[in-house]
Amino acid sequence: MPLRRTRAASLAALTTVLVAMAGCAPAPGPAEGPDAFSQRGPITVASVKDPMITARVAEWNRGHPDEPVRFIELPHGADNQRQQMIQNANTRSDAFTVLNMDCVWTAEFAAHRWVAQLPEDAFPLATLVPQTVDMARYRGRLYGVPWASDGGLLYYRADLLAAAGIHTPPTTYAELKRQCDTVLALPEAKGVACYAGQFDEYEGLTVNATEIINAAGGRVLDASGAPAVDSPAARAGLDLLVNWYADGTIPRDAITFKEEQGRQAFSTGKLLFHRNWSYLYLTANAPSRANVVAGKFGVAPLPGFSGPGASTLGGHNLGISAFGRNKGTALRFIQWFTSEENQRRNLADAADAPTVAALYQEPDLVAKYPYLPALWQSVHGAIPRPATVRYPDVTAAIQSRVYAAMTGTSTPDAALGGLRRDLSHILAN
Amino acid sequence: MVTTGRSPTGREGRLAALLVSPTVLVLALVVGFPLLEAFRQSLYGAPGVDAVTGFVAEQEPFVGLRNFTDIFTDQGERFWNAIGNTTFFGVATIVPEVLIGMAMALLMARALRGRGLIRSAILVPWAIPTAISGLLWSWIFNVDGVANKLLGTDVLWATEGFQAKLSIIIAEVWKTAPFVALLTLPGLLIIPREVYEAARIDGATAWQRFAHVTLPLVKPALTVAVLFRMLDALRMFDLPYILVGPRKSSVETLSMLAQNEAYNVRYGAAAAYAIILFGYVFVIAFVFVRVLGVNIANLDSVAPRRARRRAGVAR
Repeated sequence: MPLRRTRAASLAALTTVLVAMAGCAPAPGPAEGPDAFSQRGPITVASVKDPMITARVAEWNRGHPDEPVRFIELPHGADNQRQQMIQNANTRSDAFTVLNMDCVWTAEFAAHRWVAQLPEDAFPLATLVPQTVDMARYRGRLYGVPWASDGGLLYYRADLLAAAGIHTPPTTYAELKRQCDTVLALPEAKGVACYAGQFDEYEGLTVNATEIINAAGGRVLDASGAPAVDSPAARAGLDLLVNWYADGTIPRDAITFKEEQGRQAFSTGKLLFHRNWSYLYLTANAPSRANVVAGKFGVAPLPGFSGPGASTLGGHNLGISAFGRNKGTALRFIQWFTSEENQRRNLADAADAPTVAALYQEPDLVAKYPYLPALWQSVHGAIPRPATVRYPDVTAAIQSRVYAAMTGTSTPDAALGGLRRDLSHILAN
Repeated sequence: MVTTGRSPTGREGRLAALLVSPTVLVLALVVGFPLLEAFRQSLYGAPGVDAVTGFVAEQEPFVGLRNFTDIFTDQGERFWNAIGNTTFFGVATIVPEVLIGMAMALLMARALRGRGLIRSAILVPWAIPTAISGLLWSWIFNVDGVANKLLGTDVLWATEGFQAKLSIIIAEVWKTAPFVALLTLPGLLIIPREVYEAARIDGATAWQRFAHVTLPLVKPALTVAVLFRMLDALRMFDLPYILVGPRKSSVETLSMLAQNEAYNVRYGAAAAYAIILFGYVFVIAFVFVRVLGVNIANLDSVAPRRARRRAGVAR
């Protein structure tokens, strides 16, 4: 009896994995008719919980009783959302109509024909930040409409800089280091470290590493999409991260930082400079006992090497599932949801960084969010992450090579050479 | 194993076939079909991108056994690392689990008062879902977490390296030592008092009583516990995924690798890894049953008593 039982147990254990595999057979892409966007009727929006989306959906439903939109809440974590969308596409399900996609998924989703190509003339693309629209295109074709953007910002302790007689934040990394040396010598800067971004081995490391490599004039992939990461400029960027981590300019525990750990370190007064997204401005200014920096910090665009820095672009696009029904309603919903008026409300109510360029200059919004001019520089000068069908593999390769270099298990030269080989291999397949 | 020594008549045979057919059907459905389907999937590669249109091909190319043979090329580095981690975790978690689990079981068997309370207290870690205990331990192993405070260190537990492996082992042992205790406790309880008394009269020391009386008599139950734990440890996924994170080479197990390949839309390679893992676990189970088969067969004779005891425990 135990024999049979244990064998069955071992089989059952594996079935879990195997069933997961079996359910994932890919399906061929859909046909796209000429009147793909004429069908009207009920649709769904698949997205992580977002108060702005649910509020707009409720509003839309009041005005469009014949074309109701149902909100489908996807789990937290970009990976989980992506996986659900891919499963939906693999089974050719019409459960999801409008997809709230991370901007780095465009190439993969478009190449697999999981999302429908959108008509360019249906949207006022010229009013949007050009980089955000670029990230919604694959091979020149439009597959999504950007409704939220984001860029990296340099948060700095204005109070500590002022105590050292410094009144302008650094514009280059070299200047940042010099300011650290001056400020950290002060008695009031005891226990404060110089700089941190997000350096754990996850998407945030790709963001931080590509920002510094781009700012140094290097690129991960060149304009033709070929690996270009072992250039001297890219090497200079990586060297900065490696050297700063080795000499303590970047504190030792920053290698475990995701956004939240970095936010905590900055909010509790452990960092002089911190690279993070725009959401930190409001959270770090919220008065609370643990938050010692409220009202004491400033926001600047990311520093560069000789010229201005180059942020990596974040953000979300709304696309339409290739297998969804009533694409006409979906298109109209996206037109309305991404409109300037709605983006103004998203910004005013929830501090969502808009993709409509003009909103960054509106005086009343700038008065409410003083970081908007810095964010504009960040977003407007942003360089997108590598656009490739195999993005998950590309970002994994960047993360593991940069992580190895920073933690000293590989030299910067070996890391970049290895990364180039990884990328060639990934892109050749 | 019940009917031996006498071959069934035709009529009995048909009846037996009829009676077991639901089980066979369910097994074919939940074991046979996914296995065959996974094997079929493993023969296909990832579709390429059409250079002209930019679209991914609709059909996956048939690649034969290449997903399996690829592990012997330089692409196999990640696979061998994963199978190394899987095996390492299997061995490195079971040894402390058995030691601590045995100690717990001895404690539970000895406890005169508050038995029920001690037993349920010891079982709490086992009752917590791994996803939750993974999160709890990730806070403990945080840089400013309890582990570093207690040890007076500032180890970066979640970073790549041996400390990441160690954090997994600690969390896994904490969680599953009670399981070993649970399985060995009935084995301990059925050892008659007289055997110990006889040993004591013969002048056996406490250690001798443990080594020569307790251990041999509890061995059948313990072997089953080790086998269950081994099978469990070999398919470890959730704890390293949550506690340290996906794609960290220090802790990536074979299940995690298969999941990651599927995540990257390479279902063929993912299915191949899942099948290799299946084969690996199957071989281990087979070896256990064959090599330790005598001991396990012995357990059959004590099974009814064990079951009575367990029912008593449950009440």
